[in-house]
Formats: sequence, structure tokens, C-alpha cells
Amino acid sequence: MIVRLMHEGQYEVPDSLRDELNDADERALMALVEGNVEALNASIEEMWELVRANGDPLPANELTPGSDVIVPPSDLTLEEAEELLTGEGLIPDLPG
Amino acid sequence: MAGLISRASAITKAKVSKLLDRAEDPGETLDYSYEKQLELLQNVKRGLADVVTAKKRLQLQQAQLEQSVVKLDGQAHQAVAAGSDDLARTALERKSAIQQQLQGLDAQVQQLQAQQDKLVASQEQLQAKVEAFRSQKEVIKAQYSAAEAQVKIGEAATGIGEQMADTGLAIQRAKDKTEQMQARAGAMDELIDSGALEDVTATGDDIDRQLAALSSKTQVDDELAQIKGELGKGDDKPKELSS
Repeated sequence: MIVRLMHEGQYEVPDSLRDELNDADERALMALVEGNVEALNASIEEMWELVRANGDPLPANELTPGSDVIVPPSDLTLEEAEELLTGEGLIPDLPG
Repeated sequence: MAGLISRASAITKAKVSKLLDRAEDPGETLDYSYEKQLELLQNVKRGLADVVTAKKRLQLQQAQLEQSVVKLDGQAHQAVAAGSDDLARTALERKSAIQQQLQGLDAQVQQLQAQQDKLVASQEQLQAKVEAFRSQKEVIKAQYSAAEAQVKIGEAATGIGEQMADTGLAIQRAKDKTEQMQARAGAMDELIDSGALEDVTATGDDIDRQLAALSSKTQVDDELAQIKGELGKGDDKPKELSS
């Protein structure tokens, strides 16, 4: 599957990574519920490391397909994470 | 409850497909997005330039405060030499207050520097991404016109749309951070301008005045003693004005 690390780029990673990513994602969610920004960032960082360690980066200057999974930036603030779950998401409204 | 990544993925995909479906001519949309990103990136660059200027001003203020420390130290020595411990104490108290402020200022300037370095690095990366996006969109546009019909543009368009959205967010965040830094540097600058920091250094002058007063008092005392001495020498006993 293709994973995008936001602000960094896309990686091709084995499908088997999905469970581990989901585990870290759940911890990130718990941290958000507890309002613990350090734990939130640590869980996201964990996902980043999983992807970097197991994936192959896709070239940034070539056309690539859309991602299956998008991992938020690891310096996500609580407000941004909140927006991600309840509001419009992180991506600003695209022009057009 | 959806996790963060599934939510982030779903929202991004929804936005990208909305954008591409809505557009009559994806080429125009991509061009517009590119212009928009370029414009935002310019804002980030200008913001960074402002932060650099503000930081330089703060460093200048820092240098002035450091000079005040040296001056007050000298004044304390002069005061002790002139025999006024009270005045020396005042000078040393002010020196210590300025040293504390200097420590705070130093930490803040360093923090500003670290943030600035980070932002410069990410701004350069973003510049490269926007440039890559520029050539990718040309490929998509060529593909689109070659197809000559309103065919659904393929996976590659989803890919570039996603990248565009990500770069857009990254630039937006860089811009927000730059604005925060500008605000912080501006607030520190204002604090100094309003005299909250300067007051302490400005008062060094009244120590100067008191030192001058001390030394002139010493001089007067000396002259007085001299005159008394002269009078005493020239006249052993007071003259009777009338006998």
C-alpha cells in the first residue's frame, strides 16, 4: 500500500504494516482524548518510523498515485488533531 | 471512532476528488493552485525576513544592555573609592537586574534563532516541492488535452492533487509559525521600546550625577578646609573690630 507522511512524501510499504500502524494510531487517539500532546506526537512519530523503516520512498518529482493512508505530521498540535477528528480536517479548502 | 490516520486519509481524499470533479478544466485548477502556493511561499519568505530584522534589533539591544553592565560595574567601583557604599550598592543592584534581563533576552533570541533555522530549512524544501508540482501539473495538463474529452482523470491526478493539498497545508503551517515568530519578536521589541528594559539602564545616569556630586562635595570640603587653614594661619586669634 502507499502511505503519505504529510509534508514529507509518499512511501510504498508492505500491507502487513497495517496492523502495527493501526495500533499506533489507536494510541494517538487515546493521547488526544487525554489531551496529552507529548504522547500524541510520540505515537505519530512511531507511525513515521514504522513507515520509514519498512517502506520505499516514492520519487517526489514524478507523478505518483494517490495514497491509501495519510499520516499527519508528527508535530501536530492538539487543536490540529481535534480539527482532524471533528472539523474539516487539516487540509485547508483547496482553491478551484 | 475513526483513528487519526483514517480520518486524515478520508478527508484529504474527499477534498481532492471534490476539487478534481468540480473543475471543468483541471489544468486551470492546477495552475491556480500553483500560483496560490507560490504566493503563500512568498509570504513565508517575507515573514522570515522580518523575523531576521527583528532578531538583529534584539541583538543590538542585547549589546547595549551588556555595555550598561560594564558601566554600572565601573560606577560601583568609583562609588566605593569615593566612600559611598550606598551608591555602590544601588549601582550593583541595577547591574544585577540588567544581568537577569540579559539572561532572559539571550534565551529568547536563541529560541528565535532555532525556530528561524528550522523555518528556513522547511521553506527551502517547500520551494523544491512547489517546483516539482509545477512540472507535474504540466504533464497532467498535456495528458488531459491529449485525451480530448472529459474523461475522468486518472490516479496520477489524484496523486498530484494529494501532493498539492499536502504542500498547501505545509506552506500554511510554515506561514502560521512565521507569523507567531514575528509576533513574539515584535512583542519583545515593544517591551524594549516601551522602556521596560531600558529604564533600568537609563537610570545609570543618576548614579553618574551622584558620583559627580560626591566628587564635587569632596572638592568643596577640601577647599573649605584649605580656606579655613589659610585663615587660621594668617590670624592666630580673632581680631577685635573695635576696642
